[in-house]
Amino acid sequence: MYDTNRRVENAVTPKDIKIQARKVQVFYGDKHALKDVDVDILDKTVTAFIGPSGCGKSTFLRCINRMNDTIPIARVEGEILLDGEDVYDRRVDPVQLRAKVGMVFQKPNPFPKSIYDNVAYGPRIHGLSRNRAELDGIVEGALRGAALWNEVKDRLSEPGTGLSGGQQQRLCIARAVATSPEVLLMDEPCSALDPIATAQVEELIEELREQFSVVIVTHSMQQAARVSQKTAFFHLGNLVEYGDTDDIFTRPKDSRTEAYISGRIG
Amino acid sequence: MPLSWAFFASFLLAAAGYILGRSRAFATAGPDARALHSRPTYHGTSVGLMALLPSLGVLAVAAILRMAGVLTDETGPVVGILALVAAVIGLGLGVTRIGRQYQARNAVERMVLGLLMLCSLIAIVTTLGIVLSLVFETGRFFQVYDWKTFFFGTEWTPRFQGNSQLGILPLLWGTLYVSAIALLVAVPIGLFAAVYMSEYASRWVRGFVKPAIEVLAGIPTIVYGLFALITVGPLLRDYFAQPLGLGNSGTSVLTAGLVMGIMLIPFVSSLSDDIINAVPQSLRDGALGLGSTPSETVRQVVLPAALPGIVGAVLLAASRAIGETMIVVLGAGAAAQMSLNPLEAMTTITVKIVSQLTGDSDFNSPETLVAFALGLTLFVITLALNVVALIIVRKYREQYE
Amino acid sequence: MTDDPDHKPASLLQQDARTKARNAAEKRFRWYGIIAIAISMIALVVLLATILTAGAGAFRQTYLNIPVTLDPAVLDPKGNRDPAEMAKVLTLSYGRVLDAAVEATVARHGIRIEGLSDKDIDGLISKEASAQVRDRVLAEPDLVGQTVEFDVLTGGRIDGYFKGRVTMDSAARDSNTSPAQLQLAQELANRGEIVTRFNWNFLRLADASDQRPEAAGVGAAIVGSFYMMLVVLFLAVPIGVAASIYLEEFAPKNRWTDIIEVNISNLAAVPSIVFGILGLAAFINFAGLPQSAPIVGGLVLTLMTLPRIIIPTRAALKAVPPSIRDAALGVGASRMQSVFHHVLPLATPGILTGMILGLAQALGETAPLLLIGMVAFIRDIPSGLPQGLFDPASALPVQVYNWTQRSDPAFIERASGAIIVLLVFLLCMNVLAIWLRRKFERRW
Repeated sequence: MYDTNRRVENAVTPKDIKIQARKVQVFYGDKHALKDVDVDILDKTVTAFIGPSGCGKSTFLRCINRMNDTIPIARVEGEILLDGEDVYDRRVDPVQLRAKVGMVFQKPNPFPKSIYDNVAYGPRIHGLSRNRAELDGIVEGALRGAALWNEVKDRLSEPGTGLSGGQQQRLCIARAVATSPEVLLMDEPCSALDPIATAQVEELIEELREQFSVVIVTHSMQQAARVSQKTAFFHLGNLVEYGDTDDIFTRPKDSRTEAYISGRIG
Repeated sequence: MPLSWAFFASFLLAAAGYILGRSRAFATAGPDARALHSRPTYHGTSVGLMALLPSLGVLAVAAILRMAGVLTDETGPVVGILALVAAVIGLGLGVTRIGRQYQARNAVERMVLGLLMLCSLIAIVTTLGIVLSLVFETGRFFQVYDWKTFFFGTEWTPRFQGNSQLGILPLLWGTLYVSAIALLVAVPIGLFAAVYMSEYASRWVRGFVKPAIEVLAGIPTIVYGLFALITVGPLLRDYFAQPLGLGNSGTSVLTAGLVMGIMLIPFVSSLSDDIINAVPQSLRDGALGLGSTPSETVRQVVLPAALPGIVGAVLLAASRAIGETMIVVLGAGAAAQMSLNPLEAMTTITVKIVSQLTGDSDFNSPETLVAFALGLTLFVITLALNVVALIIVRKYREQYE
Repeated sequence: MTDDPDHKPASLLQQDARTKARNAAEKRFRWYGIIAIAISMIALVVLLATILTAGAGAFRQTYLNIPVTLDPAVLDPKGNRDPAEMAKVLTLSYGRVLDAAVEATVARHGIRIEGLSDKDIDGLISKEASAQVRDRVLAEPDLVGQTVEFDVLTGGRIDGYFKGRVTMDSAARDSNTSPAQLQLAQELANRGEIVTRFNWNFLRLADASDQRPEAAGVGAAIVGSFYMMLVVLFLAVPIGVAASIYLEEFAPKNRWTDIIEVNISNLAAVPSIVFGILGLAAFINFAGLPQSAPIVGGLVLTLMTLPRIIIPTRAALKAVPPSIRDAALGVGASRMQSVFHHVLPLATPGILTGMILGLAQALGETAPLLLIGMVAFIRDIPSGLPQGLFDPASALPVQVYNWTQRSDPAFIERASGAIIVLLVFLLCMNVLAIWLRRKFERRW
């Protein structure tokens, strides 16, 4: 079903590869949710996962930082290498892993704390700062990185839940960025936002690419086309096609991909 | 029950009214029952209710008047006949109303709705009854006893001959001391148990422990009281109080507090469980996704988010502890004193309500009437705690709905 | 941040020191939870084990099997076997006949024990035994003159000896028994004259005076509790369901309804003893109903149980989806019809569960009943319905409290036994509720 030659065609040099997935299978109880997924995700690149609902794209995303561990019936097989180390190795502590692989969720989920404390949460638990001044620096940097600093710099002690939806989502991005991750996973980050807020977040993603590898799950093909350099199309638990975004949208090689992007399945 | 004959006769009349109304409706309708606005059954029910309700009303009013002393027992037959007359009039009125256009169903539904409303008012009546009986008798108490001595007196020595010292402070002290110990036991244990159950326990453990904790909740307080009396009390006396030289009493504040704490564990844990589960999963995911450990998630995100709800739960538990009776009656003792030593016997408001109101009571003496003043104090304290707790919990729920 | 040149990507396969410390904290936190649950479980087990071991004895009773010669000269002085005449003979006389019978039995077996007094021999049997024999004789007057085998109750200390509560050491310090008496009891037991067997009378008989723990039973208390539950069932359930239907389905959303709702949730949290004060003031002092009567207890428990029935009933009604109501209204049913024909039947399992749990709570309630005079010593089982509702009665939990207030430790055994009976009833009700929930549970 998935032709490995295609990856070779894309001429990926191993040095750029951040995440390598090999034969990843996910089961929810008896349900085989993800079948034999092989994919290489590049550093400092935006990779989009697209596909119809229930195709396994979010499931795969949650495998990368082992968020599936929190679901008792989920079982993962195969290997996912981050910088050559299998994240499912018995010696890996998911806590340490998640500090390196940050995540932004579908719905903005700021903690019921102040804006400052929201952003400072990650650095605090991972002990990234030695003193308050350093922490202030990290918070400011993260908020600037999330293009939120100018909007909130005068009200850092107000609750994060009081911000608008788009601001909340950027706050969550800032929160994820503050722990200096190497990979940023985004699970449909704009699905709960209005078009203006969506545009702001998309702009932000473009900037984030300079620092990390960004993996984004999205329902919107336009969004994938706008923000990503690489796109993977999932269907019924299979990775159908993976390649440069331009190629996927203009010259899809698989008939299912073509059907999806032309709106016939989905 | 002197008027039971009138009671049963009303029901018989109502049944007769039902049959009469129904057949009358059939007769009016002619061959096609659809000519009627309402089905014949409703016509029957309407007549039956119109016979029953007035006569029951007469009986109820008469019963209340007799309790209030306005009517004497001799008026019984008169009242009974009056009730039956009301029933017959209602029945006659009902039968004459039957016709093709008469909206019997709507009439029945109005009457039923009235009955339903009446039932929902009983809660209000109960509260009024509680407040009235407490306030009225407390008023009588303060006529024969100085209120300042009651609220600020530090001595509790009721005497049959009169000249009693009835200061509430030692009882209040005992109540608060026992409740504080109970909460010190119940809140950490209940909270940790709830956290473990909702965040860590496997389904197998939950399936086993949850019902077991529910069993703890279903055990009547008298059982806890007996447990305090025959097990915990002697244990604390023999292994703590006597060796440490802190007392010689089988009943003590610590005994009652510990056992009451056990009783409150399921209360705290099930309330906390609800509250913790109301914290959205997305917040947990957010924290875990940033790389916090599950315990950091609980301590730094879930519990702070649930804090108002948990405070509400603790207040409710405190109100329970303060109002609890049987455990302190059997476990805390009867000595009204203000001491810091938890291994000494002390007493509570509820214990003294029981001891002043059981046995032969003279409802004119301050020694008996003081129980109502104690009851009012207890009612006000628990009511305040409950109202505050309910407001907090309600606000908290709305936050995540 | 990420451009920090010193920031070397550490291997995931090794935990850094901070992660190790955090994981240790994690482990500790987990242990706190386990310890909390363990404490609750241990408390539950110890509680139940204590009550069961303390109360098991109440279900076994020691009897002495003796032939009693029913002397006509004492028991029927007129000699005409007329029960009315014989009823004039007091239990005291029967006591003398029994004493003679016990002494004869001891002599027949030729038991000799140092320091054994006549008082010890006569004290072997319960003071209740003479009443036991008298009742039997009055029922069958023809027995007089014959020698009849009787299983009579042994005294409380003897009973306690065979259950391990009384020992030779404690007997030496006890004025009510003596080591010699216990030796005698042991000898008789060795010869098969004293037996311990299941005690049906504990479930049948009423309370006995504080001198006769061996004769005390929970029969009257069970009947009293049953009558009160009937009152609660027939008042609290219909009223509670009607109130819930009104509040959930018909009440306009206004201030007044709000007041009722707040009121109900507050009533559910009012201490039960306050309901006792209400019962005393309203039903006994104001309405003039009799003290200690199940009707008063039932009314008090009804008021207490109402909010506890209303809350789950409303939840059950709320759980029925609005689409059901819309469907009924759509075919031309009135609102009342849609509620009574469709919503209420669908909510019934939930309502029943709430009702049973409410009743179970009422069954175990003690404090309010103490205030309406149910602590009184009740010798007789209340009569049948409806008169029984107005007879003085006890209730299971109150009977427990009553027994804990007596000095003889044998009553602790009885109290624990009564609790076992109470817990068995509660267990049955809860199992029924769980079964109902499982069987009819419906998810929308």
